[in-house]
Amino acid sequence: MSKVVVWICSAAAAFADTAQPLSPTNIFAPASTPARSIFGLSLFVLAVTGAIFLVVFALLLYAVVKFKNEKNDDGSEPPQVYGSNQVELAWTVIPVLIVVALFMATARVIASVQKTVRPDNAIEVVAIGHQFWWEYRYPALGVVTANELHVPVSDDNHPTPTFIQLLSADTDHSFWVPRLAGKTDLIPNHPNSMWIDPHDTGVYLGQCAQYCGTQHAKMLLRVYVQSQDEFDRWIQEQRQTATVGNAVSQGQRIFEMTACINCHTVAGTVANGRFGPDLTHLMSRDTIAAGAAKNTPENLRQWILNPASIKPGSLMPAMQLSGPELDALTAYLETLR
Amino acid sequence: MSTESVAWPNRAAASPSFVDHLHEWVTTVDHKRLGILYIVYALIFLVIGGIEATVMRIQLIRPHNDFVSPQVFNRMFTMHGTTMIFFVVMPVLFGFANYLIPLMIGARDMAFPRLNAFSFWMTAFGGLLLYFSLVGANGLYGAGNAPDVGWFAYAPLTSQTFSVGHSTDFWTLALLVSGFGSIGTAINIIATVLCMRCPGMTLAKMPLFAWLNLIMAGLVILAVSPLTAAQIMLMVDRYLGGHFFDTQAGGSAVVWMHFFWVFGHPEVYVLVLPAFAFASEIIPVFSRKPIFGYPVMVGATIAIGFISMSVWAHHMFTVGMSSAANTFFVISTMAIAVPTGIKIFNWLATMWGGKIEFKTPMLFCIAFLFQFLIAGLTGVMQAAAPFDWQLGSSYFVVAHFHYVIVGGILFCLFGAFYYWFPKMSGKIYSEPLGKLHFWLFIIGFHLTFDFMHIPGLLGMPRRIYTYEPGRGWDTWNLVVTIGVFFQAAGILVFLGNLIWSYFGGEPAGNDPWDAWTLEWSTNSPPPVYNFYTIPSVRSRRPLWDLKHPDDPDWKYE
Amino acid sequence: MCATSTTLPPELEWKLPARGQVGMFALIGAESAIFTIFVVAYLFYIGKSLSGPMPSEVLSPPILYTICLLSSSLTIHLAAKSLRGGKVRSFGAWWLLTIILGAIFLYGTASEWHRLIYKDGLTITTNLFGTTYYSLVGLHGFHVIVGLLALSSVMAFTTFGAVKQEQAERIDVLSLYWHFVDAVWVVVFTVVYLIGR
Repeated sequence: MSKVVVWICSAAAAFADTAQPLSPTNIFAPASTPARSIFGLSLFVLAVTGAIFLVVFALLLYAVVKFKNEKNDDGSEPPQVYGSNQVELAWTVIPVLIVVALFMATARVIASVQKTVRPDNAIEVVAIGHQFWWEYRYPALGVVTANELHVPVSDDNHPTPTFIQLLSADTDHSFWVPRLAGKTDLIPNHPNSMWIDPHDTGVYLGQCAQYCGTQHAKMLLRVYVQSQDEFDRWIQEQRQTATVGNAVSQGQRIFEMTACINCHTVAGTVANGRFGPDLTHLMSRDTIAAGAAKNTPENLRQWILNPASIKPGSLMPAMQLSGPELDALTAYLETLR
Repeated sequence: MSTESVAWPNRAAASPSFVDHLHEWVTTVDHKRLGILYIVYALIFLVIGGIEATVMRIQLIRPHNDFVSPQVFNRMFTMHGTTMIFFVVMPVLFGFANYLIPLMIGARDMAFPRLNAFSFWMTAFGGLLLYFSLVGANGLYGAGNAPDVGWFAYAPLTSQTFSVGHSTDFWTLALLVSGFGSIGTAINIIATVLCMRCPGMTLAKMPLFAWLNLIMAGLVILAVSPLTAAQIMLMVDRYLGGHFFDTQAGGSAVVWMHFFWVFGHPEVYVLVLPAFAFASEIIPVFSRKPIFGYPVMVGATIAIGFISMSVWAHHMFTVGMSSAANTFFVISTMAIAVPTGIKIFNWLATMWGGKIEFKTPMLFCIAFLFQFLIAGLTGVMQAAAPFDWQLGSSYFVVAHFHYVIVGGILFCLFGAFYYWFPKMSGKIYSEPLGKLHFWLFIIGFHLTFDFMHIPGLLGMPRRIYTYEPGRGWDTWNLVVTIGVFFQAAGILVFLGNLIWSYFGGEPAGNDPWDAWTLEWSTNSPPPVYNFYTIPSVRSRRPLWDLKHPDDPDWKYE
Repeated sequence: MCATSTTLPPELEWKLPARGQVGMFALIGAESAIFTIFVVAYLFYIGKSLSGPMPSEVLSPPILYTICLLSSSLTIHLAAKSLRGGKVRSFGAWWLLTIILGAIFLYGTASEWHRLIYKDGLTITTNLFGTTYYSLVGLHGFHVIVGLLALSSVMAFTTFGAVKQEQAERIDVLSLYWHFVDAVWVVVFTVVYLIGR
């Protein structure tokens, strides 16, 4: 049955921690302490429920086979048994004991994940959920970015975890990167927090896990876990204002005169809108539209021309720009590294 | 045993016209007719809800599919969930309860026949309101739109800011109206079971069917009312400028979640207890033994009723409650697994040492036992809150609750249809077609819902109209979709069997199954007054006592 | 169809509760659940309004009107007792008094709302306090109105001489509802005017 399949999959994934996982979002391939704690608990729970399943399944199967009425039956009724106190007591007491064991294991993991104290060297991030993109602020480091979260890798001996405060600008969202931690919701007027300490560098994928409107499906998550050096370099780059050329390009002029600046910020220019993602370092990102498309000039141009062609229901309006203006604008955005 | 019916005085010499028939059905207060109205209503919406599911599954058959737009998909999952719960499963269970309870307790009708009719028509109107949104939701001009906020409609997505137009209001009003119908039916069931039992039928001698529906009705009283309250608050927010769930004014989105799930969790017990009732009547008859441990079955059900009011926030483990709150809901949720598991053992013990007949009703009930076991165990997995921080809001949850509702409740319902069809129609259904339905449906069910667990474990959240390739979800989604077509085929065979047997089946007689409860003592279908004389009983199986006068139950109970 | 077996020994009396009472208790159960949710919302939002008039600034306990409503429970009890004893005229008098007391209570609520809206500027949209206050008190007031409509219908039947001693049980069921409405007011009063202020 599905339980056996699950068991095999989980065992395979567990032993393939360093090998290619079954899926980049496999909950049984943890790469960070919260996900690992959950994984440990899940193995215990699966073992217990698996054992219960095998025992009861076997009994049911046996009953169905052994007590089938024979074709040449004489039509008499079998012994009419109304109950048995001993049997009923036994099958009450045993489940209660199992529940106690499961509960105690669970309570321990809840405490270990939720009650972890933030160490002084933790990276602090404020994640703000929007329809349908992620805003990230590093208040202590002076960085504002969108959609692609960068964190330093954490060593078990000298942990450098990242603590993320979760807020929302509009409706409910949920931050779920399965390999790093369980999901936690972003709810307006109800700040939450979570933490991760990824043990290996790489890109970790996830997506919004609480229905938030039309494009909930394309509110994707990308977490870039980098070495401490790479992370510091990234922070430095992100803190720069937009590199401004000697002359204001035509594209920049279009950007500043069209409605773009109402929603978007480009640090160091007049654009300081907060409704849409910060574009100061747009070209440092691999994807656009919260992961809905790769960050290529063609996709960028298409996105500005008609967002609904990539992400129908996205709150960015089509900018009604003609060919040359569109090209100039795209070229300007391409300079925002 | 005389089975003469009293001839009803003939008022109209000519046979009644179609309009007369229609009038009879529309104005009926007879519990049997209202039961059938509920059941037919539910079957129609079952087909509609099934189509909604099929549309979604076709869209998800491969990544980046464009069978439907995201807007349409979001309406599909909202309507599918709302329809199936409120306009399929609840009505069909109320229908069976209405039909069978008076017959099983030896009464002539429910306690309040006119309230019964009123409740049915309120529920029916609610369903029509919900679907009217397709036409009317955007106001007078333009086509309407079905609601797209999900069946649990989290705030603030439902506020005027994020849900423009009236589609959310149709959702709210439809549930408000049908909620009154549900509460009316619950009041009726409670009054009937407590006040209308035939002489000798103490509560301890009532069929388990009556007990389970009594407790279900108690849960409806306690659980549907909070939903009604929350709907009123939502309307106050949307139309009177209130701030119950307005986060900008200091209101709380989490409060909606609490209120909704205070309804939502007991609601699933409202759905499952009548299914247990079916199993508790069918399994003994086809094992040729009485139910094992009747007192404990009753006690376990009462325990489930109480505990179910204390587990609701296990739907909110990811919301950011304190570790103390999370821990409390872990223990209450795991606790409810105990009486529920006990019931599985009791059914198993009922079959143990019996002589099992594999007729269609029993096939469905046996499958129910296997499937409900699995569903319960995946529930226990999610009760471990940290595990739920991964599993929650993913396809694992979707697989779990469909395993309960389809694999558990719907299978029992099919069993109930086949078991009581002879009583309700007077005809025997086709056994080969019944078995064909069973096998088609069980293959489809397992293809879809077994494999649906896996994308959840691999990180696929729910309520997404499409997904990225390269996440390892593609093949599983394909298999899940294929299963849908087997289930659809099974349903078609089922409906065909019902219709064909109704018109051309063999006469059933009073008691085709050699069963033991009072409904089998009267005609098939029963006369409008149910029993020629009100029976009196001395044990839980009055017909067993009649058939075995040398070895009656009351000597042993 | 005869003979379900085993007739009972004739001396065993078969007495079950009255369905009207059971039905009304079930209805009261459902209504209590609805009110509980509104009360919980009220309690949860105490002190959380971001602005606007606070309860302590604008609320004063409606002692007189509360006494009227709670006394109407006594009068309706006396009315039912009279009818059970066959005294229809006395029943009519107590019943009328119940309606009058209920109407005075409603007038009290209405005048309080009038003052709150026009003098203190508190409406359902003002802040969380306004929303929860008007919803909770309004829901209760709505139930009082429904009760008064039912009581007035019975008053009308009484004046036409249609209410008799045999219907005492039905009057008992209706007065159960009225007692419930009064009990809810005790809770609402405590939560709004004592705890919440």
